[in-house]
Amino acid sequence: MPRQPTAATPALTIDALGRKCPIPIIMLAAQIRDVPVGALVAVLADDPAARTDVPAWCGLKSQEFVVEQTLPRGWAFVVRRCY
Amino acid sequence: MRNSTGPAGASFGGSRYSAGPGIRRVPVFGGSRYSADPRARRAATARSRAARRKTRLTVRLFPFFYPGAPRGAPGFRKTPGHLASVVVVAYLDAASTEPLHPAARAALLSALDDGWADPARLHGDGRRARLLLDQARQRVAAVFGCRADELSFTGSGTQAVHLAVLGVVAARRRSGRLTPHITASAVEHSSVLHAVGYCEREGAGATIVGVDGQGRVDATEFAAALRPAEPAARGHAASPQPPSRTVLACLQSANPEVGTIQPVNEVAGACRSLSIPLLVDSAASAGRMPVPAGWSLLTASAHKWGGPAGIGVLAVRKGTRWRSPLQDGAQGGRVPGYPNVPAALAAASALEAMDTERLARETALRALTDRMRVRIPEAVPDSVVYGDPVHGLPHIVTFCCLYVNGEALVTELDRAGFSVSSGSACTADTLQPSHVLEAMGVVTHGNVRVSLPRATTEDTIEQFLAALPGIVARLRGTADPAVSA
Repeated sequence: MPRQPTAATPALTIDALGRKCPIPIIMLAAQIRDVPVGALVAVLADDPAARTDVPAWCGLKSQEFVVEQTLPRGWAFVVRRCY
Repeated sequence: MRNSTGPAGASFGGSRYSAGPGIRRVPVFGGSRYSADPRARRAATARSRAARRKTRLTVRLFPFFYPGAPRGAPGFRKTPGHLASVVVVAYLDAASTEPLHPAARAALLSALDDGWADPARLHGDGRRARLLLDQARQRVAAVFGCRADELSFTGSGTQAVHLAVLGVVAARRRSGRLTPHITASAVEHSSVLHAVGYCEREGAGATIVGVDGQGRVDATEFAAALRPAEPAARGHAASPQPPSRTVLACLQSANPEVGTIQPVNEVAGACRSLSIPLLVDSAASAGRMPVPAGWSLLTASAHKWGGPAGIGVLAVRKGTRWRSPLQDGAQGGRVPGYPNVPAALAAASALEAMDTERLARETALRALTDRMRVRIPEAVPDSVVYGDPVHGLPHIVTFCCLYVNGEALVTELDRAGFSVSSGSACTADTLQPSHVLEAMGVVTHGNVRVSLPRATTEDTIEQFLAALPGIVARLRGTADPAVSA
């Protein structure tokens, strides 16, 4: 069954600005269950380690890493909950 | 016969220092402290004070020799109560530096007496130092499979790399007929990447070749990043920029952070067919596996194979276009500065010893690292082991425990008695995580590298595997109150 088309806007935005890794990943792992399967979660972080860690975590946990957007401060990492 | 004349630590075996709370200390040796003669009493008290001072100092300097020392002993590692029963002190960071090999210590001590003079001088003392330096060079060259006159000792592995990279570029820049270009892998040691960055700022070009998830370079991709000389380029004399041509390729023998062995032989074949010199940084693998053939420049560092600190090795194959970037050097004009003859001899002795013991040790250490590769993911939930288990160095295991701060993990393991290192950002000199982990595209936090020195025992690894899950669980419990609340 094809996945339901979802809005491009994330269902949940996690603000981890100013937090060092692994805190952004801990927050993502804890809160991704709060959105329905198929919805998007955006993580805002300014620790450069998050640029490696968020996609790598998605690969490990079989979640879909959608896109990295550059913000005035830090980056927004958009992740789709797959299960 | 008296305690004060015995080995300083011996008193820990007796009851003098092992008296627990509420237990009176009873002198073991003799009864002269209670002698009727006041002079004998004073002398005995002074003796026992001196012995205690000596013991205290020894324990403070070498606490790891005294695993039986009570927790309250002066200088002994303070441990939290819940860890007191598991305290073992194990050094598991051989990839940072291997503890000095006994052969190196013996060679160093005798060479300090014999090889102190300036080997560049013509007098007898100088000639003796020169002889010893040449001997050390021959012995290291024999292990690395090159000629003694191709090899020099440097002040460090980093200096060897810097001289190798800058010397090749210096030799090629002089002609002015080409723009030098360097190809290097993304997981090279920072000394290589920094030297390449310097050349870039000086106008050279560079291509950094990525790696796969295990940290290995693809030989085909690496060969494709080489820019060989194009005979047709001679026709374009009007071109304003001289053609960019690869003058140096840099590939490590194995990665020091995850242990993955690189395809040096394949890359060397490609470089040879294009007449491009290949720099092989063998710091991680020297003394632990045979040096790969096909290099044009080879670098290594003695403290990684059990030699003393402050000695590196630079070998430049005959026929390689290289000149000293500073044009000021001892040892045949290659390395600037006064050579450290005693350390060079110690480095040679350690390398020979490590090379002789290599096969037996490799089997033993690989059995231990294989055990860790299997057991860590079983024992610690949400943990991943990195690197290639088969084509990797036998003594390195790198893994990641998700949701844990790498610095906290290293600190807690240290409190439990295990010395390990981490590539996570917070443990490095900068706030950037390890460039190797970044290039591999793996999780960089919660990273731990365990690298086994030569005499690691099964017991140590079992104790480590027993301690790790509890430490990770405790750190996860306290990771962030804001999230767990």
